[in-house]
Amino acid sequence: MTTARLPQLLVLFICVVVFTTVLILPMFSLFSKAFMGKTGEFVGFANYLTYFNTPTLSASVLNTIDIAAWATVFSVTLGFLYAYALLRTRIWGKTFFKYAALIPIFIPTVVHALGLVYLFGKQGVVTRAGFFPFELYGRVGIILSEIIFTFPQAFLMFYIALEFSDGRLYEAADSMGVSGLKKLLRITLPELKFTVINAVFVCFTLAFTDFGAPKVIGGSFNVLATDIYKQVAGQFNFNMGAVVGTLLLIPAVASFTVDRLVNSQNASTLNAKATSYVTKQSHPRDAFFFLVCSMVSVFLLALVVMLFVGGFSENYPYNLSFTLKNFVFNASAGGMGSFVNSVFMAVLTAVFGTIFVFVYAYLLEKTSRGGALTKYGKLLSVLPLALPGMVIGISFIFFFNSSANPLNFIYGTVAILVVANVLHYFSVPFLTATGSLKKLDKEFESVSDSMNVPRWKTFLRVSVPLSLPAILEIFMYFFVNAMITVSAVVFLYSAKFKIAAIAITHMEEAGNFGQAAAMSLLILGINVCVRIAYEAAIKAIQRRKAKKEKVA
Amino acid sequence: MSFLEVRNIVKYFDKQPALNNVSIEIGTGELVCILGPSGCGKTTLLRIIAGLENPDSGQVLIDGKDVTNLPPAKRSYGIVFQSYALFPNMTVMGNILFGLREKKGLTKTQRFQQACKSLKLVDLYEHRDKYPRQLSGGMQQRTALARAIALTPAFLLLDEPLSALDAKVRVKLRSEIRDIQRRLQVTTVMVTHDQEEALTMADRIVVMNNAVIEQVGTPKEIYDKPATPFVASFIGTMNFFRNSNELIGIRPENIEITNEPSSSEVAANIQTLEFRGPLTRVYSTISESEGQTSEICLDIPTGTAKQLCLEENGTLYLRMSKEHQITYETTAA
Ligand SMILES: Nc1ncnc2c1ncn2[C@@H]1O[C@H](COP(=O)(O)OP(=O)(O)O)[C@@H](O)[C@H]1O
Ligand SMILES: [Mg+2]
Repeated sequence: MTTARLPQLLVLFICVVVFTTVLILPMFSLFSKAFMGKTGEFVGFANYLTYFNTPTLSASVLNTIDIAAWATVFSVTLGFLYAYALLRTRIWGKTFFKYAALIPIFIPTVVHALGLVYLFGKQGVVTRAGFFPFELYGRVGIILSEIIFTFPQAFLMFYIALEFSDGRLYEAADSMGVSGLKKLLRITLPELKFTVINAVFVCFTLAFTDFGAPKVIGGSFNVLATDIYKQVAGQFNFNMGAVVGTLLLIPAVASFTVDRLVNSQNASTLNAKATSYVTKQSHPRDAFFFLVCSMVSVFLLALVVMLFVGGFSENYPYNLSFTLKNFVFNASAGGMGSFVNSVFMAVLTAVFGTIFVFVYAYLLEKTSRGGALTKYGKLLSVLPLALPGMVIGISFIFFFNSSANPLNFIYGTVAILVVANVLHYFSVPFLTATGSLKKLDKEFESVSDSMNVPRWKTFLRVSVPLSLPAILEIFMYFFVNAMITVSAVVFLYSAKFKIAAIAITHMEEAGNFGQAAAMSLLILGINVCVRIAYEAAIKAIQRRKAKKEKVA
Repeated sequence: MSFLEVRNIVKYFDKQPALNNVSIEIGTGELVCILGPSGCGKTTLLRIIAGLENPDSGQVLIDGKDVTNLPPAKRSYGIVFQSYALFPNMTVMGNILFGLREKKGLTKTQRFQQACKSLKLVDLYEHRDKYPRQLSGGMQQRTALARAIALTPAFLLLDEPLSALDAKVRVKLRSEIRDIQRRLQVTTVMVTHDQEEALTMADRIVVMNNAVIEQVGTPKEIYDKPATPFVASFIGTMNFFRNSNELIGIRPENIEITNEPSSSEVAANIQTLEFRGPLTRVYSTISESEGQTSEICLDIPTGTAKQLCLEENGTLYLRMSKEHQITYETTAA
């Protein structure tokens, strides 16, 4: 019987080797660099001592905690209120609000910062109207950017949690005459305890490790992500860069640990009898939530509107006449080529990422007797969750740029960008794939084995078609994120292969806001198109499935 | 000469035995039911026969040949799972052709004809272009059966093939499966936890409990002469009472009653009467030595019960003839 499973084990083995090469080995390089001196000798914690004894450097630790904490407080609160409004009230315009909340996930964090500059910068619309007494560049700007960045994540987590909660609890409370506010405090919040913990960690980690926003709006306010870049790209102090890299891992590793603990306890309590929640009429409640949703969505929309204004006007704010000249990008930023490169990289990331994630999830799900190999493979699959993009980027430099590495040839090519992106965005697609595969009958493979159908054929003819919605979702997720990512690739792109999100960073730093806005619009445009195509495809699949289920 | 044989199979899952030294021989064309409570190891045994699971030790022999280390495809069986595992993205015909396409040496028309033949056998030919979800549970079950027999396997393995169905459909399909099995003369191993299913369908029943075989025999043997108290109480109803060192079992329908005492009868105290249509079930207790009591239940025609004016807390005299009594050693109890 081993003969039938041999090819499958072999493919799993190859996947695990590849995974180890791009995950474990680079991490190993990173950590060894952190404990090495400039000439490669072992120095123990000396680098860390230097780091914490240099006030200009160690101040960043507190700065980063500071901005991440504020961003988390606002995002989690707003994300909860927003999700609650969409699922537990009767406000008007829910579809609009839902899509408005997702705007930030289609654009790079540097663009959130750009939008803020258009609104609250020295020449910003709001500032000129005399409403914004703060200095945008620095702490306030970073916090605002990170709120925009992390809000959709918190919102989606609460949205999913609320969508699946059990209406019977509320019916029972109603029958006992419990007030609305009490229900919120006594039923909803305890029920969402785990979601709150998860959301706090996710938002904190994202804000803690984000590079784009602090890079363009941070001014002299230093955070870890910008420090690591300065150490590596500016001063070529790789050892100090590695030290900062390991510090960046801390919240991610903590959140990873908590996630494991929480998710193992939080076995879904939903059962078949759970009824959905029925919302009662309440005008004061709806008025409050409508106000919250309107403010958030108007703010997010204003960012996009300002991109249009900036991108299509001659010279904002002095000359607002319509022009397309901003779409003729300076050659120094890679011209239109950087956008084309980004699309190319995103397509490759989506294609290879989807194949790798799905095949990997399938093998782990279906290889029952892989023994140690399966166990190790499972461990690898959860690790990327703890890896911020900056850490992937810097560890790839250490690992792949070493001339002793036979894989050195991928350095400076699109291949290394694709590998970094797939690794960076591995976790969510992996959960999607595993969840979809778990829903399939476990015995499909047994039946096929008994009929002498090779496993690969069952995989292609049964598992893949039945998981098509998940596969499309994974494809879209990889594409959109590859279009907007800056952190992992900022260390790895080459002058010959510039990409759009990084071009925007450079344009902003050069004060070329018109072109930055134009480029942002292109990214937003293609990402929204991909999203629309995805939703249309899902609808088509559902229609076809319904036809197959209609009793003739 | 047995066609299918498992010898001394042992299988542990994390130090828990799922099968502990299990041996069975199955003759050609026989339908054997593996019967036992949930979790006793039935599915594991079936999967080991199928080659979907490896035994820790022991052998599987097909037609005298040791196949313990052969992959599933080399064992030539058809299998039906409790969930049916029909491919929902393929039509009924597509499901059946999926395996047939792997049969080299058949032309396209031959494959198609073979698929049609097995569809006609299960009476689904008209539904060949439908998708599984468009079919009723019973039809899905028959599709799975058609898929299993389309490859003309040497034997059939059925894992609780009827347990996902409504009671009525289940009874109907019992005889249909049995009928098809007889027509094809195909050796069949069927797993079930439903004793009625086993009694009505099987040539022989293998009763399992806690990873071991308790008894093997024809349905009649199993019912009339249950080898252990477990078998006795798992299949049908069995009353137990003690007589010095022995444990005695007797089926309710083998107890006669009178309401006039004589030397050979035992006095019983009526606890509850349960009206069950034509029969009335009487739960009563009899006293044994040392002040202990045993519960005895019996079924009597409702008319007789009325005549005898039975009522709760009344007394009844039971005649339990020796020929119907089954004796077990107390150590076995
Ligand atoms: N893959 C497995 N891993 C661990 N334990 C298993 C596995 N399959 C079965 N078992 C255990 O082995 C025992 C027998 O299972 P099974 O053969 O499915 O019982 P049955 O089919 O009689 O209900 C059960 O205790 C079950 O929990
Ligand atoms: Mg079972």
